[in-house]
Amino acid sequence: MTPPAITTISAGDTAWMLAATALVLLMTPALGLFYAGLVRSKNTLNTFMMSIAALAVATIMWALVGYSLAFDKGNGFIGGLGHVFLSGVTFAPRAGGSIPQLVFFAFQAAFCIVTVALVSGAVVERMRFVPMLVFSALWSVLVYAVLAHWAFGGGWLQAHGTLDFAGGVPVEMGSGFSALAAALVVGARKDYGRQALLPHNAVYVLLGAGLLWFGWFGFNGGSGFSTGHASVLAFTNTLLAPACTLFVWFVLDLMRGRRVTAIGAATAIIVGCVGITPAGGYISPTWAMALGAVAALPSYAVIVWRPRTRIDETLDVLAAHGAAGLTGILFLGLVAQLSWNGVSDGLFYGNAHQLAWQAIAAGVTPAYAFGATFVLLRLIALFTPLRSTEREEALGMDVIQHGEEAYASGEGAILVSTEAGLDVPVAVAQP
Amino acid sequence: VKLVTAIVRPEKVNDVLEALFRAEVRGVSMSRVQGHGGELERVETYRGTTVKMELSEKVRFEVAVSDAFVQSTVEAFCQGARTGNVGDGKIFVSSLDQAIRIRTGETDEGAVTPVSK
Repeated sequence: MTPPAITTISAGDTAWMLAATALVLLMTPALGLFYAGLVRSKNTLNTFMMSIAALAVATIMWALVGYSLAFDKGNGFIGGLGHVFLSGVTFAPRAGGSIPQLVFFAFQAAFCIVTVALVSGAVVERMRFVPMLVFSALWSVLVYAVLAHWAFGGGWLQAHGTLDFAGGVPVEMGSGFSALAAALVVGARKDYGRQALLPHNAVYVLLGAGLLWFGWFGFNGGSGFSTGHASVLAFTNTLLAPACTLFVWFVLDLMRGRRVTAIGAATAIIVGCVGITPAGGYISPTWAMALGAVAALPSYAVIVWRPRTRIDETLDVLAAHGAAGLTGILFLGLVAQLSWNGVSDGLFYGNAHQLAWQAIAAGVTPAYAFGATFVLLRLIALFTPLRSTEREEALGMDVIQHGEEAYASGEGAILVSTEAGLDVPVAVAQP
Repeated sequence: VKLVTAIVRPEKVNDVLEALFRAEVRGVSMSRVQGHGGELERVETYRGTTVKMELSEKVRFEVAVSDAFVQSTVEAFCQGARTGNVGDGKIFVSSLDQAIRIRTGETDEGAVTPVSK
């Protein structure tokens, strides 16, 4: 007899997934650039470094335990420990797959990394770097891996038929509602609501958004794990939906302020990409365009509402990811089409059951992400202060946390070199 | 008419402006400057290169005020800029030979008194 199909590796699928993994990995520095442009110049490096930090800690945690808890067979809530320390992750594919599990692992690792980086947007400009490293490491396991198991790894949501193509549950709602909790626990920046805290480089923001969109073709296009129909559909929908979000955002900007803003446009690109993430391979291109347009509305509303509150969720992760991810998950329940995805219909095509399970995912995910993040940060705060002092915050996190400046002029800088004997103690005035 | 020059920490600029407005001092110029007082040097590292930043970023305020306003201006600067650590800055008060408002040609007291609309 022929060997079972599950051991067959497809060269084409593997080639695409290798490239897609690299595309997704690019999203993390792209996000760092996007975030760095949105903060004040004295916090540029610290903000960027919070994304870079995810490349280290999330990858390590994912290899040690996160991947296993997400994708090993376990119970409905959490996976098992069979793949801890990458045991059993080899050239052989997972059941039903056509790519080596090693590639699958790396692709999913890149998802975990960018999601951890996303959450940092809530706490930039005041959270200390080392507690952030601890939080990132633990969050990637306790929140991301759990949600990934629910949606992708055979957990209870997936088992009941919730559709989530590329991460509306773990990535988008997971990061968005965790960001809200993080902002509440860490607290507002000292100048929040007192001074205008403006983005210092809108060009970084636009370039970061552009690179994120580019990377998102791997993110959504790779989530079919093949070069098959689902991947192709998701790939093209990743072009269509954000374009519509962008245009609707222009119109909303015009209606509200009579001007189209650049930072609004960058935000719209993210919102569109997020909106199509859960739905990419499940809905028709026409509905993808509609979803892109619809996704602009709740996110725009949250962005207008949030700064009027005392919640300093600094870079609007809730609006861009939480709200847009939720919109995508629900919209998918309406317009999923069996004739396009071969899996399930949505409400508009006669399957109310699908919408029900999308709604359950949209209710439970935010609750878990918010609650778990809130408790986790409170626990870390028992051991170490989460944020810098007011004085340090005023000086800027770059100098305080990293001893570097993003835009060092070099004026007045004196080389310290032991060979030249220049590091003699310098007399300083006593306070 | 006196010229009050104050060198303060950049991160205290908003507090200083607030204090000045509370003291009803109007007509302020500010510029970014670099300088060295008795402050501890900041050490920064870029790859293998460690440098001491001898010059710190400061902000210089210049306000021309009538004699009656000198005391409240100085107090406003002290109140807004003080943190209690080395590097809070200095205030210099100097005499002005003449002050002229370009638009109207008013001189001295008249030139530095805010226009009431």
